[in-house]
Amino acid sequence: MTVQELAEKLSLKILAGRESLSREVTGGYTGDLLSWVMSRLPENAAWLTVMGNINAVAVASLKDAACIILTDSAPLDAEALEKARQLDLPVLLSERNSYELGLKVAELLR
Amino acid sequence: MIRVFYDLHLHSCLSPCGSEDMTPNNLVNMALLLGYGIIALTDHNSCRNVPAAVRAGAARGLPVVPGMELCTQEEAHVICLFPTVETALGFDRYVAQRIPKIRNRPEIFGRQTVMDERDTVVGEEETLLLNAACVSVNHVRGLARGFGGTAFPAHVDRSAYSVLSSLGSLPPEADFTAAEISAKGDVQALLHRNPELRDLILLKNSDAHYLENMPDPSASVLLPEKSPECLIAALNREIQTEWNRG
Repeated sequence: MTVQELAEKLSLKILAGRESLSREVTGGYTGDLLSWVMSRLPENAAWLTVMGNINAVAVASLKDAACIILTDSAPLDAEALEKARQLDLPVLLSERNSYELGLKVAELLR
Repeated sequence: MIRVFYDLHLHSCLSPCGSEDMTPNNLVNMALLLGYGIIALTDHNSCRNVPAAVRAGAARGLPVVPGMELCTQEEAHVICLFPTVETALGFDRYVAQRIPKIRNRPEIFGRQTVMDERDTVVGEEETLLLNAACVSVNHVRGLARGFGGTAFPAHVDRSAYSVLSSLGSLPPEADFTAAEISAKGDVQALLHRNPELRDLILLKNSDAHYLENMPDPSASVLLPEKSPECLIAALNREIQTEWNRG
């Protein structure tokens, strides 16, 4: 499933990374402690988090995640948005929390 | 007693998010130009540019307090300050053993440049300095005091990397005597929400990562002398002084 399809099926708002929406998503990961995520986020995963800061964008890029999905309507700060656009990293937004959204993502990726 | 304008939270080119222009000499010269009486160098999880900054400062009569901005296990930032380069480097060694050995990727996180007091590049720090150390926020001040220094939570009003955003309130076990509130922070609102801050020395520092973000001095402290030792004693409440957020 591509990031685009995920966004459509789950009604996620697209905040950045419009040129990379055709990337395949092969899994998911939830986590908000950047140092934890840094060693565990799988490649091509959709990373569900409330951390909308520039370091989160850098970590997602480092680990080659398919996209960031901000949950609980967490804000994406200006610096992070700029960085995500520079890196063309897809950042999506959901009103649901990480648990609820995670369940939906898992269903779609099964 | 002398009124000394301070900035106790500054980054050099060693911090990956720090500008390449934040060299030991540029930091010292800018601080002097702006009218500061004492500054601290507090790079993320490292004191490797402290010796150079202290020497550059000494050459121009500006005391530079050896320091570090430690990222605790809980991802809260705590400023640690030390009386001497030796004690700071001792703390640096302690921390180095407790951060994950993940290599920096300069093209993603930025360079981590080590310099000497002539601003000559002497190396690059290879371990990414943005990770969390295996040190709990509750232990930091005690540890810093063991090295003759002190510690206070950084930018407690920030929505990320602050003790308040990670934990909700300042844990009494942490035994902090001071706390930093961002320059634009609403002190009254913060004290209302977090009354445990009311008895602390409330500091205002720049957290500047770029030269242009070093502001005109406003916060000051009355000290018997302009030295790291005196400043640390004041923060530890070992001497009676007056702090003014300006």
